[in-house]
Amino acid sequence: MVKFSEDKLAKVQELISHYPEGKQKSALLPVLHLAQENLGGWLSAETMDYVASLLSIEPIEVYEVATFYSMYNLQPVGKYMFEVCHTGPCMLRGSDDVITYIYEKLGIKPGETTADGLFTLKTVECLGACGYAPMMQLGKHYREHLTKEKIDAIIQECTMNAAANN
Amino acid sequence: MKLLLEKNHVAGIRGYEVYRREGGYRSVEKAMKMSPAEIVDEVKKSGLRGRGGAGFPTGMKWSFIAKPEGVPRHLVCNADESEPGTFKDRYLMEFLPHLLIEGLIVSSYALGSNVTYIYIRGEYAWIVDILEQAITEANNNGWLGKNILGTGFDCQIYVQRGAGAYICGEETALIESLEGKRGNPRIKPPFPAIKGVWDRPTVVNNVETLAAIVPIINMGGEEYAKIGVGKSTGTKLLSACGNINKPGVYEIDMTISVEEFIYSNEYCGGIANGKKLKACIPGGSSVPILPANLLLKTAKGETRYMNYESLSDGGFATGSMMGSGGFIVLDEDQCVVKHTYTLARFYRHESCGQCSPCREGTGWMEKILKSIDSGKGKMSDINLLWDIQSKIEGNTICPLGDAAAWPVAAAIRHFRDEFEWHVLNPDECLKRNYGLAHYADEIHVPVTA
Repeated sequence: MVKFSEDKLAKVQELISHYPEGKQKSALLPVLHLAQENLGGWLSAETMDYVASLLSIEPIEVYEVATFYSMYNLQPVGKYMFEVCHTGPCMLRGSDDVITYIYEKLGIKPGETTADGLFTLKTVECLGACGYAPMMQLGKHYREHLTKEKIDAIIQECTMNAAANN
Repeated sequence: MKLLLEKNHVAGIRGYEVYRREGGYRSVEKAMKMSPAEIVDEVKKSGLRGRGGAGFPTGMKWSFIAKPEGVPRHLVCNADESEPGTFKDRYLMEFLPHLLIEGLIVSSYALGSNVTYIYIRGEYAWIVDILEQAITEANNNGWLGKNILGTGFDCQIYVQRGAGAYICGEETALIESLEGKRGNPRIKPPFPAIKGVWDRPTVVNNVETLAAIVPIINMGGEEYAKIGVGKSTGTKLLSACGNINKPGVYEIDMTISVEEFIYSNEYCGGIANGKKLKACIPGGSSVPILPANLLLKTAKGETRYMNYESLSDGGFATGSMMGSGGFIVLDEDQCVVKHTYTLARFYRHESCGQCSPCREGTGWMEKILKSIDSGKGKMSDINLLWDIQSKIEGNTICPLGDAAAWPVAAAIRHFRDEFEWHVLNPDECLKRNYGLAHYADEIHVPVTA
């Protein structure tokens, strides 16, 4: 059964306190982020039902929100997700080459995950880094001014981190 | 002239101590000695126009807020910056978080908002930490919390993260999202100023707009209005990107020419790799693209300036818009059809799906543009595209429909020959696009000469 740790449950209560009495549903987006970050990297039906129970709302209210916003993963993803922007301004600065290079290096197309479950490649629409293009989001942070060398270094960094954590 | 970014190169300005030492939070001290109505008056006098893209006068927006007895009011800061080409709010929040917090405190006081929210796009995850740190510092130093500066005014600021939806930059969709729902825009009226978040009177303002309240209070609305030209008062942040030598965020007073902005070393530093300027989208992806000749000069042959009036001179036939200040430059090697395709794909991805013209139309435009771009298009597709965009515009609840239609319309208006070239030269298309445009279907190996 999925369940937040005590400190994460306290965080949920803190988030609910930001809103007026009875408007705890407002905390849904932040609590879903918390769930995705702490309960396996994606939102299973079980996780969404759990979030609904925490906020005293119906499960359908969670499903309809989780399916609307692009940052919520509705299926398992790799440990490291390369979210490469491919909208106009990034395209002008070579985002196509970034995607092709990742494909050459890891053998995954957008939407696919490597067999070892380490990497997922995803294309995303404008992330507000147009002046520092091409770019990708990796976890909480942006990786900008991407070059082949930088992508090599990022892949190596992730591989080493994964090995160190196993 | 710099009002917002004047101190952004001071070491440690992100932290409270340095920010305060450099004159930070003076506007709160000054504002708290004024009445809320006097502050609204100063903002009206300043001529400040909303910096999110629509350019609506901020003081007027503030004066619309309803004040029913016993009903709390809310200020919500729109930090959902998602318009392709736009990254100025991110810059401001990342490097000068206290400037935004200071502006929020003054604005909350003026509007009577005891609980104020910053709704930030979910991808700016690390900026949430920066803002929360600044809020904690402001709290610890008595600028937030109970009875601020002994005035009896209480204020708290909370940051809420979105989760990836361009539409949440539209104020009623943002409000829905803040309530924990899908970002479906509401039908107006009622306007948020009457019924906003939790049906309470609400003002939603852009990050840059709220930061600009600080210099307006410090220097006075009349002085602020002297900067700039005509109805383009004060300074504006521009985020420049694409094929230029110096992409980045620049603050301008709105008197410089477009040519100076592109070629001066103080700003974009000219076109990258010694190429020629082909076209530019001067105000974020939604506004019309202009070919170089119409960008630098108006149809009448006059110099075009970086301000609201001059950029829209000529209407959509020969002009564009200031929009959000997202300045996207295309060099001579870039393909307008392909670029427009990526924008159409963006709008299809971001349409909330409520209104049929937008939900269906954005999908059709993307498919047709993709087909033309990959050499599979017919001549009749160009008129079909024109027909579709014309039926989206004006027929949707929110402006996303217009925003999706305009880039397609302008691309056809000014670059029809390029669309025709794609239809006439199908074999050249994939070479020209080096075969990577459509990896969603399949990945092609780049065609090498």
